[in-house]
Formats: sequence, structure tokens, C-alpha cells
Amino acid sequence: MTDKTDGTGDSHHGHAHHHESSPQAIRAEALESLLIERGLLKASDVDHVIVQYEERVGPMNGAKVVARAWKDPAFKTRLLNDGTKAIQDFKFEGGQTEKLVVVANESNIHNVVVCTLCSCYPWAVLGLPPKWYKDPAYRSRIVREPRKVLAEMGLALPSDTEIKVWDSSAEVRYMVLPEQPAGTENMTESELANRVSRDAMIGVAHA
Amino acid sequence: MDGIHDLGGKQGHGKVDKGQPSARNFAERWQAAVFTMSNVGPKCGAWTNTDTFRHGVERISPTAYLTHGYYGRWLGGIETLLVEAGVVTQKEITTRALAIGAKENDLIAAQPNKQVATPIKQPAAQGAQRSLNHAPKFDIHTQIRTTNQSVPGHTRLPAYARGKTGTVIKHHGVWVFPDSNAHGEGEQPQHLYTIAFRATDLWDDGEHGVQVSLDLFESYLHAGDYSNDIYQQ
Repeated sequence: MTDKTDGTGDSHHGHAHHHESSPQAIRAEALESLLIERGLLKASDVDHVIVQYEERVGPMNGAKVVARAWKDPAFKTRLLNDGTKAIQDFKFEGGQTEKLVVVANESNIHNVVVCTLCSCYPWAVLGLPPKWYKDPAYRSRIVREPRKVLAEMGLALPSDTEIKVWDSSAEVRYMVLPEQPAGTENMTESELANRVSRDAMIGVAHA
Repeated sequence: MDGIHDLGGKQGHGKVDKGQPSARNFAERWQAAVFTMSNVGPKCGAWTNTDTFRHGVERISPTAYLTHGYYGRWLGGIETLLVEAGVVTQKEITTRALAIGAKENDLIAAQPNKQVATPIKQPAAQGAQRSLNHAPKFDIHTQIRTTNQSVPGHTRLPAYARGKTGTVIKHHGVWVFPDSNAHGEGEQPQHLYTIAFRATDLWDDGEHGVQVSLDLFESYLHAGDYSNDIYQQ
């Protein structure tokens, strides 16, 4: 959006906008250009962030952790005892995991993560949160009627399954260790990692 | 602060819209620009910690909070803090925005205070974990009741969990206290616990078989012999 002109002319700073640019997009660009002029920001910083979060920081990292926990019971024990320390083996970048707590689903216990006050999320293992995680509907409802919300999102749980909702209110970040699907016991760790979804690690889907 | 951001348990926000599963992190470049701008605070002193940053976002226009999206909210918080710190003026931003297509009546998210701001203190150390010489006040499995008091500024105790009975299930050591740190009042580190609540103790219509947990600071919590408590059922 920022690099295109719509041909209607009169562009300052080399930018003109399509009509569909949102007010916040335009204002962000205005502020960005002022910060660049003051030497507080470089346009290339933004490009680096895009590449970092497209290519290196994302749920593929959490999926590796889950797959290892499924293959290696000793690692699983370490992970559940001290998630922060256990994921150091992987040398992930991306922040927001000064303290990571991993909570394990069991046959009759289901875990789900939210941040009602903000949109806290373990970036180093899951990347940036999906839009719905940050929207008012999820943040308001998942603490109050999780069974109903999960069913609406496609995860109908048996009525006797206990639900544990983790509302990340301080700097502790949470990730769900889903149950390993039946029939995947012979898969390799990397095959398993390929089938672990982001939504399963937030707790709104099965693995 | 009983702000619009404190969404837990609120009703009327509709169904969760999962959108496209393949949606990219940054649907538009400006969103990545805002994400990157969240790092300029320490360079110019407008904010030096997450708590101040988060409170900047909490103070934006409530209408914008609900309608400008996640990065629109961040933009509002960043603008609020940069203007309060005197790094830019709102007039400069608006003039520049109007020149590139903004409308006069566009809703501006930022609501900076006229009187500037708290003195900025540098963090005492990296991250937010600290150490303290005194032991935690509450043991695991202890019953507690959360404070019923609202605070005017930043806090990590959501309104839905005020004045509620829960159980300590984990101690996380000592952390910077966001309620003071957000306002330039120092780190004042405290013990931090995970407190588990039964949903039926949080809401009259809470679902059975549901536990909601929050990470709460020691000063939010009162010891829990409630035999004479008027709330005891």
C-alpha cells in the first residue's frame, strides 16, 4: 500500500493513497515518516521485522517442541516442570518468553490460553498471535463460556472434560501441549512437527 | 483502570471470527511499521518498559480500541506516549496524515494527557524477574481472596476477578510490579502466583467443570480464612 500511487496526483513524500487505506494506516505512515526524519526508525527496520516474523518466528517453533515432547518422555517431563529452561535447547528468537509455562492436555482435561487485558502470547514459540486471539469476542468470552466458544470454533468437548483457561495476566506466557493423535506413534519427530497446528497449541483445536 | 481493554467476561462482542487460516502476520505493511515503532520508546525515553507501553494502549479512545484493530491500538498507544514525551506533536502527525490522504473527521486513537508525564526511569535489569529477601506470603494450595479495589492506573488484576476466592497453585518468584512501574513509580518487585478460580465462583452463570487461572501479584491477595466472611456461602 505504501509504495503505490493511485495516479490521482498530489502526493507528498512520494506517497499517495488508494481510497481504501484505513485512517490508521495513513496515520501510521505519517508517524513512521516523522520518526524516520528524527533518526528513531529506519524503513529497513520494518523490512527486517517482516522477514523475521514471516520466516523465523512462528508456530513451527512450538510445533518442534510439541513433537519432541511426544517422542521423548524425559523431555516432556522437563518441559512441564520448567518450560523456560526446556526450550533453551532450541535457541529460538522472538521474545515474550521470559517465563514459559507449558500445560498438558489429558484425556479428561483440556487447556486453553487467552490474555483478556492485552493480547499476551508466547512469541518465541508461537510467533505473533492470530487476529481472532486479539479480538474482543475471544478475549471477552473464552474465560466466561469456554465450552460454548470452543464448540463454536469447532472443538466440541465431552461434557465431563474439565476445561482449564489460562488468562496470561503477568509476564508468564502459556503454551498448550496437545495430546498426540492416535496412529502417529511411528512418525518421526519432524513428521510430527509438521502436523501440530498453531490452534492446538493455543488450545482451540486438537492436534 | 476500568478501561475498555478489560474485556474478560464482557458480553455482546459476538462470535469469534477465525478468518482465513493462512492469513499473514502483517496483512498490510503499516502494521509491521507499528510493530517496529514499539521499539522506539527506549531510544527517545518515551517509555522504557512494557508496563508504560501497555498503559499507553489502555488509555486510547475506547471507540478506537474496539474498531482500529490490534495494530491500530498500538499506534494509538505509541502516539499517546510520544506526544506526552514531547518527541512529536499531534499537530505534526495530523498535518502529515492530511497531506497523504487522511480526512479531517478521522477518529484519532491517541488521547495524550496535556500535563506531561512521569519521569522516565531506566529498568534496574533486563526482563522483569527480580529477587527479594523476604519469603512469599502464601503457600501452594492456600485459599486467598483477591482485593475488591479498582485502581485508577495500570493493573494486572482484571475486573472479573476482583473480590473473588481462589487457590494458589504456583509461585513464580519475584517480578516487577506493573501497577507502579507503568507510572514511573519504580519497580517495587513482588511475589507472583498463579491463582486458580472455579468459573462458578467468578460468575453466577459460570460453566461447571471450568477453572480460570490468573497470574496475580501478592498485593492483590488477602489471606483466606473466610469463616466470618459475609460472602461465605
